[in-house]
Amino acid sequence: MNAALAVIVAVAALAIGLALRARRGHDMDLEQWSVGGRGFGAIFVFLLMAGEIYSTFTFLGGAGFAYGSGGAAYYILGYGTLAYVLSYYLLPAVWRFATPRRLVSQADVFTSAYDSRALGVLVSVVAVAAMIPYLALQLKGLGIIVSQTSYGAISSTAAIWIGAVALSLYVAAAGIRGSAWSAAIKDILTLSVVLFIGIYLPLHYFGSFGEMFHRVEEAKPGFTALKGDQLTPVWFSSTVLLTALGFYMWPHTFGSALAAKNEDVFRRNAAFMPLYQLLIVFVFFVGFAALLQVPKLDNSDLALLSVAKDAFPQWFVGVIGSAGVLCALVPGSMLLIASATTVAKNIVRGVNPGMSDGATSRLSKLMVPAIALAGVAFVFAGGQTLVTLLLLGYALVTQLFPSLVMGLAAPGRVSKQGAMAGIVAGVGMVAAMSFAGATPETASTVDTFIGGLPSFLGQLNLAIVALLVNVLVTVAVSAFTRGSAGVPSGRFRRDVPAAEHAIVER
Amino acid sequence: MKLTHALSALPFLGILGGIFFANNAEPYVLGLPFALFWVTLWVVLTALIMAIVYRLDHR
Repeated sequence: MNAALAVIVAVAALAIGLALRARRGHDMDLEQWSVGGRGFGAIFVFLLMAGEIYSTFTFLGGAGFAYGSGGAAYYILGYGTLAYVLSYYLLPAVWRFATPRRLVSQADVFTSAYDSRALGVLVSVVAVAAMIPYLALQLKGLGIIVSQTSYGAISSTAAIWIGAVALSLYVAAAGIRGSAWSAAIKDILTLSVVLFIGIYLPLHYFGSFGEMFHRVEEAKPGFTALKGDQLTPVWFSSTVLLTALGFYMWPHTFGSALAAKNEDVFRRNAAFMPLYQLLIVFVFFVGFAALLQVPKLDNSDLALLSVAKDAFPQWFVGVIGSAGVLCALVPGSMLLIASATTVAKNIVRGVNPGMSDGATSRLSKLMVPAIALAGVAFVFAGGQTLVTLLLLGYALVTQLFPSLVMGLAAPGRVSKQGAMAGIVAGVGMVAAMSFAGATPETASTVDTFIGGLPSFLGQLNLAIVALLVNVLVTVAVSAFTRGSAGVPSGRFRRDVPAAEHAIVER
Repeated sequence: MKLTHALSALPFLGILGGIFFANNAEPYVLGLPFALFWVTLWVVLTALIMAIVYRLDHR
């Protein structure tokens, strides 16, 4: 084993060990396993959220997208930032709705808001479908790290299997508290590594940031802005908007919102979380440095590690790889836990309400390796880049946004039939375009399917059109079904009695 | 419209609308191509704006 792999294995073992240690002394009933009780304070919730938000995508995919597509990568900076502005208003509303009712999942919130178990099941199916490509992204990232840092000794196929096993082990060891502890280590390591290589590489190779960007522009004029035919400012804005709206629609990001002690945590976070995004600028620097230093890679996602291998000794490549491994394990574990509990609790038990807590809990643990396998299958099924996988997940999950917001903000105005029809229409469009072979880097815009449109329409991200169709269908169907059984029952509209609050804030 | 809502809308204008006017490599600011500088600037401004919104809401 080389020095790089040895460092990575040590760090992965440390993360799993910490997770095991953190779990001791805690009961593992279903509610605790999925939301860790409701006892997290601001710092813990901050770490938890940062932990999920900084995934393999930010690390390898961000550098790879800058390497492959230049200025289009700036969308990553924009969407997180706008999502935090939305979170200032959205998360407290969700928390206020969920906490007194002791709702522990996204599906519970939809079920309760629309008084419809069927909607809860539908939302869960869409969420799990969206999480598979996101999970595949983490596995693919793990695979890239393991095979690259083995300097060719481990094939990328074997590396993806190793990644899936490591992730399942980590989840089995951890539950949510383990992730919060590892998230702390991951954040410190990622922050230091990314700052260091983001500053060191441009200065080392080119003397200054400005010189690096000038050289990129000399080689490829317009590359550091959005000057391509496909990835234009229209694509940028529609993609930033789509992904910002979808940011908190993932069951695991939604779940961390339910885990907070009070709603003010989210408002405070909204003021400083955007600053965390600045780290991504340094990831872009690495991507641009790689473009000049190691051009002509077959796979743009290899950019960060390839340039690192060019510049650093093996042991330090191992340190960089370790940050990447933690970036995959921590969010990957959240994704796996969220999908496993969603399948067991919100889909299977949603269909069979009589299922016991014990059986549900056992099923959700069994689902962990099953879903990891589904992720592996997804990786092997296609040759997508990391950003393609992420945008596919977002295209699906953002379809839940309209009915959540309408259900919470204007209860009774949208019927459960309307919400379901809208989600099905939006997801159906996304699925159709995916089967038609649309990928973000080559053909994600409207003009791939409809020619001759003015450019401001043709270059829109297709999923934003699906979102619009979703809203129109939701409103139209609600107009015909309102006043029937679809109106949410009154008890969900009024504030919950004080006695119920007392139980929760024990 | 409340002041805090108007303030919260600014990052959307700056990022979603602003990119159409900032979509150039030149001029370079702090070594960054202008498009990258613009988006980065809005990340910082957004944090500042949301801190002000928080203060206004908690008076």
